[in-house]
Amino acid sequence: MKNLKWAGIAAIFLLTSLSSAQVNLAGTYAMTLDEDFPERLPGPEIGDYLGIPLNAAARAHAEAWDASLLTLPEYQCRVHPIDYVPSFFNIRIWEERDKDSQQLIAYHEHHEAWGTERTIWMDGRPHPPDYALHTSQGFSTGKWDGEILTVTTTHLKQGWIRRNGIPRSDRAIVYENYIKHGNHLTWVTVIHDPAYLTEPFIRTRDFVESPGLVMGAYPCESVVEVVMPKGKIPHHLPGTNEFLAEFPARYGIPVEAAMGGAETMYPEYQLKLKTLPKPPPLKKN
Amino acid sequence: MRLKLFERAFALTVVAAGLGYAQQNQDFSKVEIHVLPVQGQVYMLVGQGGNITVQAGADGVFLVDTMYAPLADKIVAAIRTISKGPIRYIVDTHVHGDHTGGNEPLRKAGSTITGGNVSADIKDSAEGAQIIAHQNILNRMSAAKGPDAAKSAAWPTDTFVGDEKDIFFNGEGIQVIHIPAAHTDGDSIVFFRRSDVISTGDLFTTTNYPVIDLDRGGSIQGFIAGLQKIVDTIIPVYGQEGGTMVVPGHGRLCDLGDVIEYREMAIIIRDRIQDMVGKGMTLEQVKAAKPTLDYDPLYGSTTGFWTTDKFVEAVYKSLKDNKK
Repeated sequence: MKNLKWAGIAAIFLLTSLSSAQVNLAGTYAMTLDEDFPERLPGPEIGDYLGIPLNAAARAHAEAWDASLLTLPEYQCRVHPIDYVPSFFNIRIWEERDKDSQQLIAYHEHHEAWGTERTIWMDGRPHPPDYALHTSQGFSTGKWDGEILTVTTTHLKQGWIRRNGIPRSDRAIVYENYIKHGNHLTWVTVIHDPAYLTEPFIRTRDFVESPGLVMGAYPCESVVEVVMPKGKIPHHLPGTNEFLAEFPARYGIPVEAAMGGAETMYPEYQLKLKTLPKPPPLKKN
Repeated sequence: MRLKLFERAFALTVVAAGLGYAQQNQDFSKVEIHVLPVQGQVYMLVGQGGNITVQAGADGVFLVDTMYAPLADKIVAAIRTISKGPIRYIVDTHVHGDHTGGNEPLRKAGSTITGGNVSADIKDSAEGAQIIAHQNILNRMSAAKGPDAAKSAAWPTDTFVGDEKDIFFNGEGIQVIHIPAAHTDGDSIVFFRRSDVISTGDLFTTTNYPVIDLDRGGSIQGFIAGLQKIVDTIIPVYGQEGGTMVVPGHGRLCDLGDVIEYREMAIIIRDRIQDMVGKGMTLEQVKAAKPTLDYDPLYGSTTGFWTTDKFVEAVYKSLKDNKK
């Protein structure tokens, strides 16, 4: 009888171990700046669409985009969407478990930049109906695939692929992988956007576990920075955005390549690149 | 994937509805009415045709728009999952049949405040819920003939002129705010002040380009002014999200972030076409220049009653005629 009792306890322990994650994601993580530094702090240059599988509509959107848009009060505090969040600052991940069963209900994330938080539901709940609210962080469900946490996010608000006007639509579905290697975390984001991308766009960001990390608050208050007539939206009319020429000229990149597209993601594009005319260098003021 | 199905269903709705937003030749038998709690006392009903906004509380039920008449039983059944109280008020946001088609049966399913409080032998008590709308809606529905002529039982019973009509119901102030010459000439948005929800009618949708019904007094400038009014009324929690919720005429539940994207689209396309009009370009030249290219994946259509071409044409004519 005593042996049976211990066998039962062992079985429960085994089942619990098998049903829970093999990797503990909970913790605080500091961003590293050794990958895609321009994207992670200063931001991309106007007219740099290299390596983005964008379509003609997305390109037109980006060409019309004017950074002055961000001076409008209703745009100043807009938070980054979940597929762009990994580009910024530090994060904290913590578990939510059912008190009695200790089953994992969700992972929660706090992002130091813009103070956003997202939930990744791990309890098998369905995604909301199509007509439910879309948010910047979307609705996420996750499951463990071996030692990789895989996440599917729907119900996203319209966002951006890059901070230079390349849009990401509210119809996109974002898939993510969280991969832990020792104290390093790699966060893989795969964006499927039927509206603005011709192929999935994949981006990775790296973090280092930092147990003592303290994150600051991120207050944001909208104010009128530039007085404009009500209802004015800064943008460039077609063919008038003179800033588009700067990026290819500054780096000697063919204009066609700077305009991006799926072709520019692949190594063999380097061969084509050599055949394309380079723009004249920028004139110095 | 489910979103695509939803959008397809919407596209079929508008195609079937045709220019007159009529309910003829539509199969409503398989339509389900879904109830989505919004916040406070407000819910959104999604089915076929325009979304319905429901506010429910101790005083009864307040509706914004009525979809189509053949859906009335299903709509009432959906409302009964929220409240057993009488339907007291209906607001028509505009005259189109996909928003007013259910006026008559839903009015009959309810009773006015007076009707609810007095004995049944008084004639008024059997007259059903009160239908509130801008005067221009009644003018169109009560016309002897025309695309919007309707039976008197479907007409608004309580019209207003000027900027606004206010009602206090279920413990909250409700503003019915007229937006002149926008989607039509009889548009209203409805702001539930305590619940903090705006019901926009077709002044804001997530599924298509702005429908500027020039024949019914709409204009691009009025449409943009309406979107600006919605933006000005919303107060978000943080990051331009949350706070005031927005029930669109068609599509999903929204908040400020969604409305400013839609307003941005409307203004940018207006500016482009205005520039082309200023250069003397013809309508065909404007269409060929693709002024909507960047927004077509979101709102464009080559089929149905409101194609991208028709939108461009409406904006062009609206600006060319300098309609306000």
